[in-house]
Amino acid sequence: MTPAIEIREVHKRFASLHALRGVSLRVEPGEFFALLGPNGAGKTTLINILAGLSRATQGRCAVMGHDVVDDYRNARRVLGVVPQELVYDAFFTVREMLRFQSGYFGLRRNDDWIDELLHNLGLTDKAESPTRKLSGGMKRRVLVAQALVHKPPVIVLDEPTAGVDVELRQSLWAFIRRLNRDGHTIVLTTHYLEEAETLCSRIAMLKQGQVIALDSTENLLRNHGATEVRLRLNPGRLPEMLRPMLSSAEGNDFRLSLRQCGELETVMAALRAANINIDDVEVSKPDLEAVFLRIMGKPIKSH
Amino acid sequence: MSGLWTLFYKEILRFWKVSLQTILSPLVTTLLYLLIFSHVLEAHVQVYPGVGYASFLIPGLVMMAMLQNAFANSSSSLIQSKMAGNIVFLLLPPLAYWEFFAAYVAAAVVRGLVVGLGVGLAGLWFVPLTLAHPLWMALFALAGCAMLGAAGIITALWAGSYDQMAAVQNFVIMPLTFLSGVFYSIHSLPPFWQALSRYNPFFYLIDGFRYGFFGVSDVSPALGLSIVGTCFLALSLATLALLKSGYKLRN
Repeated sequence: MTPAIEIREVHKRFASLHALRGVSLRVEPGEFFALLGPNGAGKTTLINILAGLSRATQGRCAVMGHDVVDDYRNARRVLGVVPQELVYDAFFTVREMLRFQSGYFGLRRNDDWIDELLHNLGLTDKAESPTRKLSGGMKRRVLVAQALVHKPPVIVLDEPTAGVDVELRQSLWAFIRRLNRDGHTIVLTTHYLEEAETLCSRIAMLKQGQVIALDSTENLLRNHGATEVRLRLNPGRLPEMLRPMLSSAEGNDFRLSLRQCGELETVMAALRAANINIDDVEVSKPDLEAVFLRIMGKPIKSH
Repeated sequence: MSGLWTLFYKEILRFWKVSLQTILSPLVTTLLYLLIFSHVLEAHVQVYPGVGYASFLIPGLVMMAMLQNAFANSSSSLIQSKMAGNIVFLLLPPLAYWEFFAAYVAAAVVRGLVVGLGVGLAGLWFVPLTLAHPLWMALFALAGCAMLGAAGIITALWAGSYDQMAAVQNFVIMPLTFLSGVFYSIHSLPPFWQALSRYNPFFYLIDGFRYGFFGVSDVSPALGLSIVGTCFLALSLATLALLKSGYKLRN
């Protein structure tokens, strides 16, 4: 099957900066994919190359099998991009902007879909307002609507929830999820890792222009995540055999990280054998934030 | 074609929404020139035999207004989009670079013609005008607006700030229009300046446009139009090459 997005050995060099160093990625149709990484990792540069806003120094990209350089018109027809910057055209109303955007994509009569977009994004009563008069969150919704006027099979959202309140975040994700269920491929970047964890089935992590992790969310959590147990012990000492699990200690409080939940058994047995009582216990599930920090903390293998 | 048409319509709507600034204000400025210069010089200057100075002046002013407004339309629209970042709305869709070019130039032509027509009609109120060769007049009007529309795109692509943009407008476009024979016939100039004027493409625009009104010109209209046409072609090819390469747009 043709991948929704295929990125092969993409390099991008700016004057003094090697922003992308051989990135290769494949996103399959229907996936909900996250592109994560710290600021400056190259996420937006990669999206810009994919969208034709910038050109790769080396390497190739295709959207639904259409090369973004050689076959740019078809590649852009199947791609919808929500840019990170909160841009708008001060001259026009929301509806005018959406009509123009439809026209640029070759759609002359698109008002039914525009109305549906406005409705789903809570913009119906702002349709005739000039875009410059909208709040930041509203402008963000207009950007989402503009990216969707042509019902693109592949949708890329570059930090769509930056600076957006909780309510809009929820409704935005509900809408994007529905698009995904309807078969649209979604790629997003975000700094809210819990969003990526709950929404995305697969994740790529970028650091200094390289993909340093690429796996299903489930595998990443399993392989890199740790269950953390915080124990308040009485007396406040840890049996020798539990030392290797210790991640931090403060007074009578000990934090242990476990590879699997099953190790809890070993911990309990060791404490019982040493006659140590547990005054308090707290278990926390592995989360993507911990996995992210762990992976980002590793030095990059050079190749 | 739908993309081209939409962008053209958007560009028209853009200047129409701020027509006080884009149509009325250049109209008023140009009419002030007409009022002042014709008042001061009417009795003293006669360029063509039997043509009063005010009559002589009007076609020049009309052409000047058209050139400046055609340039202003494409250049200011594009630089604003670049500076505000909303140029991405044009870069993400499958618009071909030639559609981009054609839409901006066409809108610049419309704005130029609207302002030019306004100035011309208002001028008629002061002095009667003849139209000796309307077709030549129309051809030179179109060529002038299109040429400056293309020049506006190049300038806005190149400019990294409003300041650089204004520099081109004030130090290149303005002098070239003023020194092209709007207010005088170049035959009245000393030989050196007369020769230099012949390197100014705007001179041929004004001269040929005036021929359309009076049937008299410094250079034959066919020669003028071919020079102007060549300039337009060269500017267009340059603009298209820049747009195709993504110069300062896709980087």
